Amino acid sequence: MDLFIQYLVAGVTYGIMYAIVAIGFNIIYNTTGIINFAQGEFVMLGGMTAISLLEYLPLPLAIAAAVLITMLIGALIEMVFIRWLDSPSVLRMIIITIGLSILIREVALHIWGENIRSLPYFYGDEVTTVSFGPVRLSPQVLWVIGICTVMVACLSLFFKVTPLGREMRACSANRTAAILCGINTRNMVTFSFMLSAGIGALAGCVMSPITYTQYDSGTSLAIKGFTVAILGGLGNSVGAVAAGILLGIIEAFSVSVLPLAYQDVISITILLLILFWRPYGLFGSSAAARLKEF
Amino acid sequence: MLELKGVHKKFGGLQAVNDVSFTVPAGAIKSVIGPNGAGKTTLFNLIAGTLVPTAGTILFLDQEIQGMKPHQVAAMGLSRTFQNINLFHGMTVLETVMVGRHIRTSAGFLAGMLQLPRARAEEQAIRERSMELLELLGIADFANQEATSLAFGQQRAVEMARALATEPKLLLLDEPAAGLNIYETAEVARFITRIRDMGITVLLVEHDMSLVMDISDEIVVLSFGEKIAEDHPEAIQRNPEVIRIYLGEDEEADLESHAEDTKS
Amino acid sequence: MKSGKYRFMAILIILVIAVHGLTRLTGTQYYLTQLTMSAYYAMVVIGLAVLMGYAGQISIGHAGFFAIGGYLSGALTTHNLLPFRETPVLVLLERLHILQTGQDLYGEQLLTVAPWAACLCGVLTAALIALVLGVPVLKLKGHYLAMATLGFGIIIFQIVMATEYFGEADGISEVPGFVVFPGIAGMGRLVVSGDFSLRVQNYYIAWGMLIIGMYLLLNLIDSRVGRALRAIHGSEEAAAAIGVDTARFKLQVFVLSAVYASLAGVFLTHYNGSIGPSEASIIKSVRYVALVAVGGMANLWGVLIMGFSLTFLSLRGIFGTYDDAVFGTILILVMLFAPDGILSIRARGWLKSGTGGPVDHA
Repeated sequence: MDLFIQYLVAGVTYGIMYAIVAIGFNIIYNTTGIINFAQGEFVMLGGMTAISLLEYLPLPLAIAAAVLITMLIGALIEMVFIRWLDSPSVLRMIIITIGLSILIREVALHIWGENIRSLPYFYGDEVTTVSFGPVRLSPQVLWVIGICTVMVACLSLFFKVTPLGREMRACSANRTAAILCGINTRNMVTFSFMLSAGIGALAGCVMSPITYTQYDSGTSLAIKGFTVAILGGLGNSVGAVAAGILLGIIEAFSVSVLPLAYQDVISITILLLILFWRPYGLFGSSAAARLKEF
Repeated sequence: MLELKGVHKKFGGLQAVNDVSFTVPAGAIKSVIGPNGAGKTTLFNLIAGTLVPTAGTILFLDQEIQGMKPHQVAAMGLSRTFQNINLFHGMTVLETVMVGRHIRTSAGFLAGMLQLPRARAEEQAIRERSMELLELLGIADFANQEATSLAFGQQRAVEMARALATEPKLLLLDEPAAGLNIYETAEVARFITRIRDMGITVLLVEHDMSLVMDISDEIVVLSFGEKIAEDHPEAIQRNPEVIRIYLGEDEEADLESHAEDTKS
Repeated sequence: MKSGKYRFMAILIILVIAVHGLTRLTGTQYYLTQLTMSAYYAMVVIGLAVLMGYAGQISIGHAGFFAIGGYLSGALTTHNLLPFRETPVLVLLERLHILQTGQDLYGEQLLTVAPWAACLCGVLTAALIALVLGVPVLKLKGHYLAMATLGFGIIIFQIVMATEYFGEADGISEVPGFVVFPGIAGMGRLVVSGDFSLRVQNYYIAWGMLIIGMYLLLNLIDSRVGRALRAIHGSEEAAAAIGVDTARFKLQVFVLSAVYASLAGVFLTHYNGSIGPSEASIIKSVRYVALVAVGGMANLWGVLIMGFSLTFLSLRGIFGTYDDAVFGTILILVMLFAPDGILSIRARGWLKSGTGGPVDHA
């Protein structure tokens, strides 16, 4: 029973992280129709930057600063590489974002080397546990689940209630109409990159004590995030959360049947199966999906 | 040659084509007319295989073709042109028409890579036949120009040549006169009758009434996805329903008398 | 167009011989190794170019096919079957000359699959996998297709990293030479191997393969099939309407490109005498895509030139530790400014008098 709970907790924790990456994909996809292959790099950058800033700043400030810096980088990327492209083809965009992800990874390699690093645990250390009845958890897990849940809630609120959020939704629903309404769609795009980068970075910081951060941890995250995004229905963030937790749990329990080395194969196999069988996701509908340009 | 039986097509909540049935006899020139949004292009896409009917059957040469893929329908002898011209980017006029010969030829990967003599002979034949068609349409001079760089009317000719290259038994023409002036439209009319004389049955969608009334043996009228009438041109011209859907209630009387006056 | 093809081929052949001569004259024959390797990598890239440029299908997992060829051939020719020699299957295989005997590093008896059989196995497996995978994958479009091919590449990478038979992180080494042509009366024997004395021979074997491969592809493009492919690329809807079975053609091109990649994988593995998991990495796959993109997608000659030159520079270590960054940057720059490839900018600049920016092809 104890093992079961452990797997479950691990699954949910990782799953929520995948969900955040997926939501990052969704935000940019919804506003621009682009899949940003560099999304995983934002997560990595958040963690790495915070770790470096830790030398000069207390933990909360280091994290806040890291998130801000990553958001700036997100904005920069959009402005330099994406903004001035005139309705590029899907193929072109894919290749550009792949190139960007490689570039960011290489820059990270040259700045931080190959070392595996991590942020310190927010409360206590790696052996501290907190008890919930029969269940014993690391407090970091609570931080992860807590912060990510708050993030998702804030995002939903943001998109539903705030003017800026509504403008972004308008932009994704019908770009031309949004322009005609006076919404500056160009800025919306930049902002969506910033937002994706920000939530990715925060997730990266919060997960860092558990998963460790390395210059190339972005890639596998991006793939799993993409799997979750597709699984939940591209553009559907509630679906992403559900799908993320599902994938996390499947992965966690798979350790009991398959050698650890094959763990990544599982998520990719799921990805391939979903793409072949139900590309609009578990919760999407084929009619709606056909309407979305990809 | 072509028979539609109770064809329906529904897009979510929209009934684009509602219980349409008609036949196209061999050797005829039949036109489909109707106001915008009547479902004409949808009908074409259903026949050509781009769309699958929600219900009903489509018989071509006594075989059911609904649900078949476009290339399979084409292989049976049913070719089409496109309303908004759909040429191949980056290919010359001659190459475009040569692609039209694809289904009547067979050289495959290996034959192509090794340039086997059979493949080379076939290439020669394809090239010659394609040039013949270009001459037939009067665009042989543009053979080596990029197809998409031609004037509109000439691009239409290229599409026509490409469709003819497939040796169709039935040719679907989607608004062949759209965007053409009076002289060009008359050219198109003459050409369509020539095609019919070559033994090819023609089904066309058109807005230009002079063209339609001039060359059609029979006309089918669609409105909001339903068939309103199917008859000879003269009868269609006098059909009150047809007049009403094009012009509205009040104009009915005016046009009745107008039709009487211009009866050819 | 046709006479152009033969002229360029002739120039290429002359260049290949000339370069060899040059290295002899200047005593820089150590360049031959990297020149040979670059030729094999160029082989992968021209196959990929037909897939990406003509059939319009992106594949960010092509290193996977290279690895399938190389790893299978490498594993089959190095793993010792001696303990199983008496089993009926092996007795049959030995009689068919599919197995060969030899000695390993320590002088121990070795019974392995003969390289030619292993090569066949590797290439056929790659083709089969491409066939099976291609059916569902090629139905996808855009991002989904890209991700599916990426996923495939990663699966192959994970498999070779995690499986003992494929040497896990260390890969496979001690791969024997591959007798491509046994020769007649002791003359003209061709062996693919890293053996120093066979350096020149291998240089010509590699370039010979590349030249023949190029020739076949150029023929293909000029043929009925090539035209159909270009039609699919120009307008898939119109191509289908005119009778081209687009799904089947895309699949066939996918398999063809997999064959090219796996063949290169087999030969390079026997030349190097080893293969490691890095050959199956995403980085390698992205590199191939970068080379196709910068060469001009559908422009086979451009892809060959760029593919060979950039690989050669990379192998020579010109890019140092920034190797991957360079290819990433190339990819970005090409896609931003010249989606039709570098050679096309120059041509377009001279032909058109300053009108508009790069043309976008879907």
